[in-house]
Amino acid sequence: MMDFLQRLFGRLEGSSSRTTAKTRLRLVLVQDRATLSPGLMENLKEDLIAVITKYIEIDETNMKVEFSDTDGSVAIVASIPVKEVKRTAGALSK
Amino acid sequence: MSSTAIVVTSGKGGVGKTTATANIGAALAMNGPKVALVDADIGLRNLDLVLGLENRIIYDLVNVVEGRAELRKALIKHKHVENLSLLPAAQTRDKNAVSPEQMRKLVSDLKKDFDFILLDCPAGIEQGFKNAIAGADKAIVVTTPEMSAVRDADRIIGMLMAEGIDSPMLVVNRIRPDMIKRHDMLTVDDLLEHLKVDLLGVVPDDESIIVSTNKGLPAVMDSKSKAGKEFKKIAARLMGEDVAEAAATAEPGDEWFVRLIKWFRGERG
Repeated sequence: MMDFLQRLFGRLEGSSSRTTAKTRLRLVLVQDRATLSPGLMENLKEDLIAVITKYIEIDETNMKVEFSDTDGSVAIVASIPVKEVKRTAGALSK
Repeated sequence: MSSTAIVVTSGKGGVGKTTATANIGAALAMNGPKVALVDADIGLRNLDLVLGLENRIIYDLVNVVEGRAELRKALIKHKHVENLSLLPAAQTRDKNAVSPEQMRKLVSDLKKDFDFILLDCPAGIEQGFKNAIAGADKAIVVTTPEMSAVRDADRIIGMLMAEGIDSPMLVVNRIRPDMIKRHDMLTVDDLLEHLKVDLLGVVPDDESIIVSTNKGLPAVMDSKSKAGKEFKKIAARLMGEDVAEAAATAEPGDEWFVRLIKWFRGERG
């Protein structure tokens, strides 16, 4: 009886292989789909540069923007070498 | 009647593309339209075997696109299904023997004589896939309720859309209602939740498919075949009929069921 109940509740909590498959599938599809066409990636970079240079002087040529998956979730990771932080408030007060 | 070229594709191999092509094609032809099946899997031809036409091949697709054989002479008429013809793939060549432009020309030539052209696409996403979809107006994506097949189907759907084939139609093959009841198989609903496509049909896992392949007669010719019955419904839907899905894998009212009905209403309207 306990065994039956455990199995029943186990199932409700999502321990069936169907539920496992669903969860794993969702993650893998998110990862598979996490790509932008090279053109869009370039646009994204340009927009990032435009925003960041308002506040910080950066080394645009060594900037990297890419998708990475860590611990089952997808992140967009930008590595942007800083040349100098702008100390004047001019940029901030728009 | 204007003719339609439909590519049958999947990404992953072994999910039943060729069987689906043969059966949907035969079922369409049994309803009246003239149907040409094109085996675009150059180097790995099998559609001839499933249809029982392997001993009647004289010319193949590559002979035709290279201008060595007339299209009409290369087409093989099916023995038992009057309106069904096959253009077999070349077995001794590889996928680079044909270009997308040549496929486009071939399909437009076939459209002069046929109402439906079904292109059996090779597995994979390389040149063979690009050739097979080149002349297609629509696409059927075949998958099974397995993660690897669904994942590959998702990639294929993305690639089809990038090529301008907008609303691919999904066929879920080899559903096992017993496993779904035990919660050990992804349901059609689960698949539709992930894959943003319209559902065309659901085909159960059925031994009669193996028997009919052994005999070289499509399962749709066997009135007892459960899979054959579903392939017939798929053909009817492609012809614009409103055919309800059997409730073998889900109760009526389930979301995919409702979506299917809605889609066909929209299509007709």
